[in-house]
Amino acid sequence: MTSLSAESLPVETSEHVVSVRQAVRRRAVELGFSLVDQTKIITAASELARNAIQHGGGGEVIIETIALQGRRGLRLAFADRGPGIADVARAMTDGYSTAGGLGLGLSGAKRLSHEFAIEAAPGTGTRVVIVRWK
Amino acid sequence: MSDADVDSDARQFSRALMVAIESGDVDVQATAWSDVRDVLARLSESRAIHGASPSETATFVLSLKQPIFHALRRRATDQNQLADLIWTASTLLDQLGLLVTELHQKAREGVIARQQQEMMELSTPVITLWEGVLALPVIGTLDSARTQVVMESLLQRIVDTGSVIAILDITGVPTVDTLVAQHLLKTVAAARLMGADCIISGIRPQIAQTIVHLGVDLNAVTTKATLADAFALALRRLGKAVTRTPPRSESASLTPAASAGA
Ligand SMILES: Nc1ncnc2c1ncn2[C@@H]1O[C@H](COP(=O)(O)OP(=O)(O)O)[C@@H](O)[C@H]1O
Ligand SMILES: [Mg+2]
Repeated sequence: MTSLSAESLPVETSEHVVSVRQAVRRRAVELGFSLVDQTKIITAASELARNAIQHGGGGEVIIETIALQGRRGLRLAFADRGPGIADVARAMTDGYSTAGGLGLGLSGAKRLSHEFAIEAAPGTGTRVVIVRWK
Repeated sequence: MSDADVDSDARQFSRALMVAIESGDVDVQATAWSDVRDVLARLSESRAIHGASPSETATFVLSLKQPIFHALRRRATDQNQLADLIWTASTLLDQLGLLVTELHQKAREGVIARQQQEMMELSTPVITLWEGVLALPVIGTLDSARTQVVMESLLQRIVDTGSVIAILDITGVPTVDTLVAQHLLKTVAAARLMGADCIISGIRPQIAQTIVHLGVDLNAVTTKATLADAFALALRRLGKAVTRTPPRSESASLTPAASAGA
């Protein structure tokens, strides 16, 4: 996988959720994503950014345009300094929320992406990486 | 910003500057400089409102460097004195440049905060489409602060008008994530408690697909593709119908005299 270009944005406040969405939209448009694909990756980014703020106490995201074997895509790596997640399988279950939310953010972000990886060992914060290929 | 404005700004600024310099104090935060600070605050604000950048505003002050250095060179008696004078003047102007940048930034933030406040009120117009039918075209990002305003104004209007149908049109909402969906569902539930049924319209195809992938269940909510479809449904529910009648132009009904004369 080669990185074509990357930028890092803060994810600390709800204004940042908006700026992350806008940055993702800009890159998705540059890559020539269809309207549906743009909407999917923007919405996934919105979920993960909100989680990093609400559950992870804030962090940052690295937004990267990548290429692999002639395909191009968008890779988003969210990292926060929060408590991590003790039971990741449970957190990924539809409808599970510890905060009165819909509990569909993590599982939904996974369904909206082509690749999804999560590392959330308690004490080291949570890291979620998603990729959507063109 | 017209030349005349720049001219009058420059005149006010240099007058205040002269007075401050006379004081011999070279700290721009000192009392002697309060007039200069006031003038700069006023002109930073008006520039910020007109959309000038901080560096454009700072240039107003920093462009004084060259003429001042020129003047000093003519007045100085020897090289050492010249170096001292230039150092003092340049420190002063740098301080003023920084000050003006800060003032500009502050004014800009004020402008943005005001605009956000205005936007919040502006973008939540609840419209009466028909007796008993309200519509709320939501435009922009539906984050928590705005949703609160949107929801409250809608519920208030339902009470005030005794409406039984409320149409929430989200054509102008760029992203529907689970938080926005939850806000919409809560609004629908609250409206129902007030005796009004909600119809959500303007769910664009890409948003519909994304909502399905997220797993959000909107089955309990009536949805329509467009505001027009939602309105037609609302009328049907109220037992009203829109029917076609033979076209009758305004002028036709105003011409009995002409036909009488014919
Ligand atoms: N970045 C994170 N840090 C800590 N916990 C998280 C993080 N992201 C998600 N979680 C946990 O996983 C649960 C499910 O997340 P999600 O599916 O987004 O639902 P919701 O945000 O609506 O609660 C959250 O309620 C929270 O307990
Ligand atoms: Mg979430």
